[in-house]
Amino acid sequence: MTRILWRVHRNLPDRRQRCATVLLLVLFLFLPALVPAQPDRSHPPALGSPPRLTLPALQHLTLSNGVPVLLLEKHTVPLVQINLIVRAGSLMDPPGKQGLADMTASMLMEGAGHRTSLELADAIDFLGVQISSESGRHTMGVNLHTPLSKLDSAIVLMADIVCRPTFPPEDLERLRKERLTEMMQGRDDPDYIASVAFGHALYGAHSYGVPKLGTDQGVRAVTTADVLTFHRKYIVPANATIIVVGDVTPVTILPRLERAFGSWKGSGAIPPPVPPIVPTAGRTLILIDKPGAEQSVIRIGRVAAPRLTDDYDAMTVMNTILGGSFTSRLNQNLRERHGYTYGASSGFDFRPLAGPFIASSSVQTAVTDKALGEFLKEFQRMLVMVPDSDLVRAKNYMAFRFPGGFETVSQIANRLEELVIYGLPDDYFDGAIDRILAVTKGDVLRAAEKYIRMENLAFVIVGDLATIADSVKSLDIAPASVLTVDDALGPLQHRAPGE
Amino acid sequence: MKRLLILMILACGTALAGDGHLSLPYIRWTLPNGLDVILHEDHSVSTIAVDVWYHVGSAREKPGKTGFAHLFEHLMFEGSQHVPQGKFDEWLEAAGGDNNGSTTNDRTNYEEVIPNNALALPLFLESDRMGFLVEAMSPGKVNAQRDVVKNERRENYDNEPYGLASLSIEENLFPENHPYHWPVIGSMEDLASASYQDVVDFFRKYYVPSNATLVIAGDVNVDTTKDLVETWFHDVPGGPAVPPQAAPPVFLTEQKRVVLEDRVQLPRLYIAWPTPPVFAPGDAEMDILAAILAGGKNSRLYKRLVYELQVAQDVSAFQDGRRLASIFEIVVTAREGHRLREIEKLVWEEIRALTTTPPAPREVERAVNQIEASFLDRLESVQMKAELLNMYVAATGNPDYLNEDLARYKAIDPGDIQAMTATYLRADGCVVLSVFPLGKPELAAPKEGRP
Repeated sequence: MTRILWRVHRNLPDRRQRCATVLLLVLFLFLPALVPAQPDRSHPPALGSPPRLTLPALQHLTLSNGVPVLLLEKHTVPLVQINLIVRAGSLMDPPGKQGLADMTASMLMEGAGHRTSLELADAIDFLGVQISSESGRHTMGVNLHTPLSKLDSAIVLMADIVCRPTFPPEDLERLRKERLTEMMQGRDDPDYIASVAFGHALYGAHSYGVPKLGTDQGVRAVTTADVLTFHRKYIVPANATIIVVGDVTPVTILPRLERAFGSWKGSGAIPPPVPPIVPTAGRTLILIDKPGAEQSVIRIGRVAAPRLTDDYDAMTVMNTILGGSFTSRLNQNLRERHGYTYGASSGFDFRPLAGPFIASSSVQTAVTDKALGEFLKEFQRMLVMVPDSDLVRAKNYMAFRFPGGFETVSQIANRLEELVIYGLPDDYFDGAIDRILAVTKGDVLRAAEKYIRMENLAFVIVGDLATIADSVKSLDIAPASVLTVDDALGPLQHRAPGE
Repeated sequence: MKRLLILMILACGTALAGDGHLSLPYIRWTLPNGLDVILHEDHSVSTIAVDVWYHVGSAREKPGKTGFAHLFEHLMFEGSQHVPQGKFDEWLEAAGGDNNGSTTNDRTNYEEVIPNNALALPLFLESDRMGFLVEAMSPGKVNAQRDVVKNERRENYDNEPYGLASLSIEENLFPENHPYHWPVIGSMEDLASASYQDVVDFFRKYYVPSNATLVIAGDVNVDTTKDLVETWFHDVPGGPAVPPQAAPPVFLTEQKRVVLEDRVQLPRLYIAWPTPPVFAPGDAEMDILAAILAGGKNSRLYKRLVYELQVAQDVSAFQDGRRLASIFEIVVTAREGHRLREIEKLVWEEIRALTTTPPAPREVERAVNQIEASFLDRLESVQMKAELLNMYVAATGNPDYLNEDLARYKAIDPGDIQAMTATYLRADGCVVLSVFPLGKPELAAPKEGRP
């Protein structure tokens, strides 16, 4: 049992230098004494100034085939993280084949070079290294996490996976069954149901409205030829970047990368532009029935802004106040004050195109209507009231914990991906603390007004409708659609056991 | 002598000597009130982790009061004599700190991760609630957190697919007089009955400094930190020592077969056995056995049930290591169109194979290599290091038990795995639980056990 299940967030900082000198002086005075100082518990202790982020310089290297390499040296533990990302993801799924990118990413691990799926897994596991492949909406990646002592063997396997996957048809069939079953199991999980319905409510038929795993129909339609084509088109040097973080230097890593990826060829297609998003207007309320549910899963939100918006810092500070920390208004209200839930939170899911603003919670069935009312009260309050204490705490929380988010090699590599994907400058993170601290009350209020629009919200509730539907509808928050799980996820397709 | 050596290593500030020898250098001392303090220096980051373990978990609860240790954990965040309600989190956030707490059967922990300038703050907060909690306690606070915990139970158990399975396994695996018989989360009825007086009694009995360990790991200066710890904790009143807990050994002499109906699409089979306590002989073998059975595509159950026959969606196996007795568990979700009868038969076949023939050396080596690599990962974060120091000292008395821990795995040979499988994974001493979809009891494993 943990106290807090949810952990939101990106970090970022304020400068509140209370007299560090006083503390030092106190310590100094009492150091020689045998009896320790009587602690002053009348107020929290004074703290010195917080640390800045001090990242080693980013180094830019290039392989002979043109693949850019971003290196950050970190020599504390003999580990190396290598993330290879390509600019192609589920947004490139052709119509009717939703799920292709995700299947392609998974299929990379199902046989490569001269190794079958089982041989490849055995080689990776025997080394004790981790290699994973994953597809996002805009990008896809293969990540290697390895002790330095295993780097030479591991990088060979990684190169096979990226450059020489074999895509055996029988493994595609196995994966397909696994994927379809996984999607079927999503019906058990009210959070999954709510997420799918919420995505659809906000983005309709746009790719952002389709689950990353794809659709039942799409997953059924994918062929080996589709996977091969996707790989040939998009997983190519011209479309790739390699990020290295860990116990290596340019001299030790470049020859290894060159041997592994230098001869990688292929001229693929630059991914086509993604169709623009047309946000839905007005309010919608979608009620999905989960008979007997002990809790109602609530999602409220709307289409917000792309990652590169100028409002980014104001939005994140605003959200920290509203629902992005333990002391945030939503959590304090719904969890601590009312006891409706184990936690309530909100966040912006930033993407290349406008991602969603999402507020969410799982609340006790009997108080679903009251909880909805409290969400709306807090939204309304966010539009008009930002006391200094809230603003300072939120900014300090984000700014002072920001350096702590660069601790492990995989954490750092993930942050560097952000630079690559969004084309941010090398010193972007160095400036993050100051950018946060510069956010003003006016900025926060403007961000609230712009992105929490009371007249344009989608509400999705998954719960026991026999108990909650009437009271929720009587709130009159939006015209209601009542759905079954089948309506929300598509009808369940049964398969014969041996299929 | 040892202390001297440790200090010398500390001066180098590294957790890894050149020869690959792992170490977690530390300084350890005890305050007059009995508080055990462990300090680990790491200047590669600008953060500090503070991790307080109280050596009390749900195993100390009394019948009718289940879930109390965890409810108490929640109350520890609701303010103490000098920390008004709500300020614990507000002050930490304003300093850029994160915090959390967790409760298991054996212990309760409280942790903060803060920037290197802010160490005095968590020390103030932890010392205040260690020394002066009840002065600020009220029935109202107990009631409010009771509601939060009930919601936690709803979210993670009652409304979670297969969420009640783990509770059923503990109840059936451990006899009624065993302190692992009831779950950490507790029952709704018992949570309802927890009173203000229970809180006061529990605090006086178990939240004494001599029943706690304070670990500080990260970007700290040793001298300054020692002084800060003295300053903030020396006025925390001591209390009577908490005697160690003993529990009757767990022997299951039957195959208990249990079924649960749940709102799920697919049936899932659980087989659970009582196994040796964490760090006791046999414990490491169970970790390796778990990897041989279900770790990776080439593991025996995954390869046969998921990869080849494709009758299962997923398999997992793990040793849930605990202080008084552990649980070894195998979990398999059947694919649509397959019943747990068929799954169970295959699982027992694979177990039986391991009791008659030792695994191949490569299977053992593969598992050990993965465990060895994971040790490096744990040294990457100050929070994980703090947790390791606490875990090791609680279980073995030695905070820097990394090498001894790893050596346990490296000493295992295939014959050990065969022997331990035969000793512990017995058909006549386990719990076989079927979770079946609403209205489809025919998918569950049969009522009668397999021979």
